[in-house]
Amino acid sequence: MQKLLNWVDERLPVVDAWNKHLAKYYAPKNFNFWYFFGSLAMLVLVNQLVTGIWLTMSYNPTGEGAFASVEYIMRDVQWGWLLRYLHSTGASAFFIVVYLHMFRGLMYGSYQKPRELIWLFGMLIYLVLMAEAFMGYLLPWGQMSYWGAQVIVNLFGAIPVIGEDLSLWIRGDYLISGITLNRFFALHVVALPIVLLGLVVLHILALHEVGSNNPDGIDIKKNKDENGVPKDGIPFHPYYSVHDLVGVAVFFFIFFIVVFFFPEMGGLFIEKPNFEPANALKTPEHIAPVWYFTPFYAMLRAVTVDLFGLSAKFWGVVVMGGAIAILFVLPWLDRSPVRSIRYKGWLSRIALTLFAVSFVILGYLGLVPATEGRTTVAQILTVVYFLYFILMPFYTRMEKTKPVPERVTG
Amino acid sequence: MRKLIFGLFIAFLPVLGLAAGAGVPLDHIKTDHTDKASLQRGAAMFTNYCMGCHSMEYARYKRVADDLEIPAKLFEENLIFTGAQIGELMKNSMNKDMAAAWFGAPPPDLTLESRLRGESWLYSYLRGFYKDESRPLGVNNVVFDKVGMPHVLVDLQGLCAVKPNIGKKASVEPLSGNVRNADACPEYAIEGSMTGAEFDQAMYDMTNFMSYMADPIKVERERLGIFVLIFVAIFFVFAYLLNREYWKDVH
Repeated sequence: MQKLLNWVDERLPVVDAWNKHLAKYYAPKNFNFWYFFGSLAMLVLVNQLVTGIWLTMSYNPTGEGAFASVEYIMRDVQWGWLLRYLHSTGASAFFIVVYLHMFRGLMYGSYQKPRELIWLFGMLIYLVLMAEAFMGYLLPWGQMSYWGAQVIVNLFGAIPVIGEDLSLWIRGDYLISGITLNRFFALHVVALPIVLLGLVVLHILALHEVGSNNPDGIDIKKNKDENGVPKDGIPFHPYYSVHDLVGVAVFFFIFFIVVFFFPEMGGLFIEKPNFEPANALKTPEHIAPVWYFTPFYAMLRAVTVDLFGLSAKFWGVVVMGGAIAILFVLPWLDRSPVRSIRYKGWLSRIALTLFAVSFVILGYLGLVPATEGRTTVAQILTVVYFLYFILMPFYTRMEKTKPVPERVTG
Repeated sequence: MRKLIFGLFIAFLPVLGLAAGAGVPLDHIKTDHTDKASLQRGAAMFTNYCMGCHSMEYARYKRVADDLEIPAKLFEENLIFTGAQIGELMKNSMNKDMAAAWFGAPPPDLTLESRLRGESWLYSYLRGFYKDESRPLGVNNVVFDKVGMPHVLVDLQGLCAVKPNIGKKASVEPLSGNVRNADACPEYAIEGSMTGAEFDQAMYDMTNFMSYMADPIKVERERLGIFVLIFVAIFFVFAYLLNREYWKDVH
């Protein structure tokens, strides 16, 4: 066995890679609850890839056959129902862990220098993930698949001059049709997963180059022992591999409760109108995107005034795009001398709390039909969402921060 | 910070409670896919009264026969009316274009109707027909206003002369002791062969069957789910102990 390893290692740096990324990758020893979600996101990604491959074997990507083939998977394919529920629940689980992972980054300043690139790659992953989820949602070819895609693709039509042609180009037809389904299928199962995997590799390589942040936001590489090992660092393997195993067990417990007992999650993970085949002539009463898009959908609907001769719909698209785009420049907005929320001042704490609350409430508002009162609330919360970023250079600089300890605290 | 985390989870709770919206009041029922007798009666009722117009084209006869423990021969002789093989999908021979001309819209496939509309909706709808001369077929439905479907079960239920009481609880009048709203229909224009209670039971069976058809794996899924959760719980114990063993040296 050792001889085989040597033979390979002389030709491919496997031992070197193992040490660099696992056995001698020193992570801060004070990771808490919030640090499970990165590895859980990897776990869900693997789940989506594996179940997705098997679903592809029985799925029929045509306008005529898609809906029936999903029911065929649910009824006639051995364990098909399990594969499909693992995949559909996995999609929602992916966004839950990714949102918590991102929130962790916001709390502990994990985007700050020198981790800007990690944050940017992460944001690109989030962007691709949204595209992946959106296109995947069309594939079951139910009513909500169809009309959700119709609404979102029509948004591109709000762009002046080129908008109509652009949405026509995306659809490949004058309305969502089998042609759209075919191209979304190709992008969902081939193109985007490749991009996603590439970005995940870059995200992790960039992370392992500069090292992990921690709840105290301390640079553990400043305090090394005589062997050059950070005093507050421990090897990722075995310490965090066994640690994450506990997180995996807890995650699976919750995940499987949904998969086996509440696969529709009361219409949140699989929306009820999706049990009816897509029908271009019949618009559902209430079209709502899946829950993970609803905060941005609420912002889109919150814009109700025409401005500079451009429609409210256009400005809604701008606001929605801006809400995602502004996350990209976050590393350059935070001017605080400290990273972690533990040592930032009360202004940062209030700002982060308001931001999280507004995001969650916007998510709720995007799920329910709009009323006048709800639109007003959505408008206020959209402003709160943006103020978190726009005011960040000011409140992070003017507030009084607490002294950061030399070594990590428990 | 702990409060913030907790607050975040609490904030998510109302979203989870969100399900089907309001609308017409319904009679609520709980279906039971382990009640084989009820499912068998529902299957007989559905194939005899509904399948002429409504297909269940995503499901196969054989699966129904197996799951409901109906012998294949008996099933073929009594519950398949199209001459289909037992392994085939549950289609019917109604021409969709002609059906659209007759009813305004072709009768929808009902395989997934229970997951689309909900069980309580189905149960209420099936008992919601009443006489309404203003409609082309002479009937309307309290749950589905201006419905295009005729009252197919009129021989069994009879035809209710007034709007039936759907979504209203039965109650006892305190002075007279009379029971109010015991039956969905207080007054019949045409009498049927079943009593109100018998018809309610038959419609429960039918709803139960349709609920099973929409989600045939439910019983097996939940049975397996228990074992999966037990496995994960045991795995957790070992993972936890392993983790503790490794981490006891880290200070």
